[in-house]
Amino acid sequence: MPDGGLELKTGRGPGLSFGRILLYVALIAAAAFFLIPFFVMVITSVKSMEDIRTGHLISWPRQFTLEAWIKAWGSACIGVNCVGMKGYFWNSVRMVVPSVILSTLIGAMNGYVFSKWRFPGSETFFSFLLLGCFIPFQVILLPMSLTLGWFKMAQSIQGLILVHTIYGLPFTTLFFRNFYVTIPDEIIRAAKIDGAGFFRILWRVVLPVSAPIFVVSIIWQTTQIWNDFLFGVAFSGSGSQPVTVALNNLVNTSTGVKEYNVDMAAAIIAGLPTLFVYIISGKYFLRGLTAGAVKG
Amino acid sequence: MKGSVPRRRLFYFLEGGLPRLVLAPTFVAILVFVYGFIAWTAWISLTNSRLLPNYKFAGIAQYVTLFTKEPRWWVAITNLFIFSSLFIAFCIILGLILAVLLDQRVRAEGFFRTIYLYPMALSFIVTGAAWKWILNPDLGLERLVRQLGFAGFTFRWLVDSKMAIYTVVIAAVWQSAGFVLALFLAGLRGIDDAIIKAAQVDGASLPRIYWRIVIPSLRPVFLSSVIILSHIAIKSFDLIMVLTRGGPGYSTDMPATFMYAFAFNRGRLAFGAASAMVMFLAVMAFIIPYLYSELRGTRNA
Amino acid sequence: MASLTISGIRKSFGSEEVLKGVSLSVASGEFLVLVGPSGCGKSTLLNLIAGLETISAGEIRIGDRVVNNVRPKDRDIAMVFQSYALYPNMNVRQNLAFGLETRGVPKARIKETIERVANMLQIEELLDRRPRQLSGGQRQRVAMGRALARDPAIFLFDEPLSNLDAKLRVEMRTEIKLLHQRIKTTIVYVTHDQIEALTLADRIAVMNDGIIHQFDTPQQVYDNPANLFVAGFIGSPSMNFIPCRLVEQNGRKGAVLKAGSGKSFFLPVERPGLSLQQWLGREVILGIRPEQIAGGFHEQEGNPQIHEIECPVEVIEPTGPDTLVFVNINGREVTCRVNPKAAKAPGQAMKLMVDMSKALLFDPQSEQRIGA
Repeated sequence: MPDGGLELKTGRGPGLSFGRILLYVALIAAAAFFLIPFFVMVITSVKSMEDIRTGHLISWPRQFTLEAWIKAWGSACIGVNCVGMKGYFWNSVRMVVPSVILSTLIGAMNGYVFSKWRFPGSETFFSFLLLGCFIPFQVILLPMSLTLGWFKMAQSIQGLILVHTIYGLPFTTLFFRNFYVTIPDEIIRAAKIDGAGFFRILWRVVLPVSAPIFVVSIIWQTTQIWNDFLFGVAFSGSGSQPVTVALNNLVNTSTGVKEYNVDMAAAIIAGLPTLFVYIISGKYFLRGLTAGAVKG
Repeated sequence: MKGSVPRRRLFYFLEGGLPRLVLAPTFVAILVFVYGFIAWTAWISLTNSRLLPNYKFAGIAQYVTLFTKEPRWWVAITNLFIFSSLFIAFCIILGLILAVLLDQRVRAEGFFRTIYLYPMALSFIVTGAAWKWILNPDLGLERLVRQLGFAGFTFRWLVDSKMAIYTVVIAAVWQSAGFVLALFLAGLRGIDDAIIKAAQVDGASLPRIYWRIVIPSLRPVFLSSVIILSHIAIKSFDLIMVLTRGGPGYSTDMPATFMYAFAFNRGRLAFGAASAMVMFLAVMAFIIPYLYSELRGTRNA
Repeated sequence: MASLTISGIRKSFGSEEVLKGVSLSVASGEFLVLVGPSGCGKSTLLNLIAGLETISAGEIRIGDRVVNNVRPKDRDIAMVFQSYALYPNMNVRQNLAFGLETRGVPKARIKETIERVANMLQIEELLDRRPRQLSGGQRQRVAMGRALARDPAIFLFDEPLSNLDAKLRVEMRTEIKLLHQRIKTTIVYVTHDQIEALTLADRIAVMNDGIIHQFDTPQQVYDNPANLFVAGFIGSPSMNFIPCRLVEQNGRKGAVLKAGSGKSFFLPVERPGLSLQQWLGREVILGIRPEQIAGGFHEQEGNPQIHEIECPVEVIEPTGPDTLVFVNINGREVTCRVNPKAAKAPGQAMKLMVDMSKALLFDPQSEQRIGA
């Protein structure tokens, strides 16, 4: 850490210097920039529509009401169905859980092979796999639609699970491979000399130390898949739409009166799970973000 | 000793095949669902498919139409450039400044960092929904500022075909600046203290130290940030769909929304495929050299 | 306990040939040390013996078996690594038991073995600790224990003491030697430290650049190095190499040494069985160890092999028990080991006694020792 920092910080005098005060003001202003939109969402969601029509973005509610929330969850009209976000929320859950589990488990096995059981061609394959993290998905939308149709999985949750698992593999493999590379090769060699083979080494030497990267992978995949919209809108039908697609439909309905408080409540409902994961996972979330970015 | 030599050899052979066996499903999946599909899209883009795929070769007609007879495509591309440059510039500036500020051994650093980063946990749809409301022409920002005393203030960017693209920039920067902050903060923390001290002993002033030593040593982080932000920019679909739906009209269209509209809504598969291929080639043009240099570097290290 | 025979081993990584034809044999119960600088191929050779890498050419036999294509786990070997390679998520007891469990040894036997090994290495109190709670020396013992528990035909050690501090290294060296005396197993030990090699080995193989330069007992390697490389590598401070011309004076053949002051001295080279006739008049390299140039020797009166020279002192380095005196002879810096009381200050001329009985001559072209 640079010792001096900017001119703002003198650090030597007792108490707060002018520079220090300026620093905190800047930081708090930035915090406000990031927090205010969320504050607006929350406060809008507890106002009545009258309140909204007469007040402004950050005006305090004249009366707190949870009407909008109840409606958002159970009866808001999304497209032609007026059943609220509830069903779509559970669609997302049913889509996310298997996808996360599958892509993480397969990624762990792949990462293990790529780091400790290399063979001619494995590094090349890894590079091609890595490229899969970066392709714009527009380029696979059309063929995937057709393929899901063939397998009779069009517009189904199973189809979404398949899609998310496959396109999550490059990321999860990258996480595990980069993590396992840090396990000294000598430990694997010692295990081989001790007589252990492929699966015994995985089970007794590698997996027991893998908890941190499992956490990172699960958090990353959960966030990515829950927040996805493109695959959701391209491959789901009215019974299988995830919560993001539902939210978009709700917010962009052209029929009826616009109920901004319901919109905001629905948005918070859609965002709460990943926000919750973010808050409790702390540094693991950060690790996932920077894992792919910093090293290739 | 385990049995006879031939039996041992068989056992070794089976065991040696395990790594390949484990990778096989992923190999097949990637081969088909990534590279196979890309090839399919490429082929379709060279046909005349409209509502249904037809596999008869038709040359690069679609691309020609795309670039010469489709003004909406040029709108999309122009928007992409405008959006990308502003998005990348603001994210980096904001991210860098916040990183430098946070690096000053602030109290409650973790608290601030948590706040700056939380938008990254949200879907672009949630972000878009929120900003759609905040920038609402009648009830949003305009009304707020007016009710605070500035009677003549107008803010109707969201429905202004010339300004709508900038609302997308605002929402996108709000969501992604935290990520750049995280990268720069990690980079700053990785700078060797001894070099700074040596410069101080040499008599360099602090701004000079920042300008000549700290920021240049962050070059790799700048590069990573630009690459990743460009990647996010090209893929922008979610945010636009919810914030403006590509409108008003198609003034905030971008290649991703263009592709979806033509391929899925307007029944022009080959045309949509062509636009998808252009997106793909554009991304590969900068990702492949970047990955190549990164992988080379770590292999030699 | 088994013997080990290595014939004509070659190993290439891609286009780079790391081992260029290596052959040696280790008798059952013998302690072999492979010593050489970094990159000489010694660790690669050890990995080939272990079966962790495949040979490009040649044959390896353990006992009577050819093991070229046998996997490590079937070769009946155990290995101690430089970084100890203990399983981080298991405690010491589980680390020791791992190799036995994978072989299906019954639980009672395992318990018995662990007790015996822990007792031998004095690590009983550590059995329930994890590796990260152990010091370097303790980890090293556990690594050796893991190997001992397996009771293999051959023990392989890959620079096991390199990660320890100097004092601990000396202690562990003695322990390894005592262990070998007690259990008499066949050991192949790799190190870059020539002192370890000299103290531990029954026989030493000095390696450089993928070949074995000399394979002999420590004393032989020290007294009769095969070439310049071995002579310079073994022994610390290293042997002095003085270029000179072989001449004849008064019927004796020897070298003319010119000190920094300009004075010349003639030192005869006479060793039983050494014929120097064809080398007369030619450039040779005289090899003398620092301890053979001193302020004086016991019983030096009348010893025909001890001669006096005088040189101006350039630098001195007191090391405690001796002082190293650096002088200039024939344009080269020469190290002498003298008694601290006898050492003169830099700039002063000093009388030095040279014991020529162990002096060696080398051919500057082939780098081989003359008379080898």
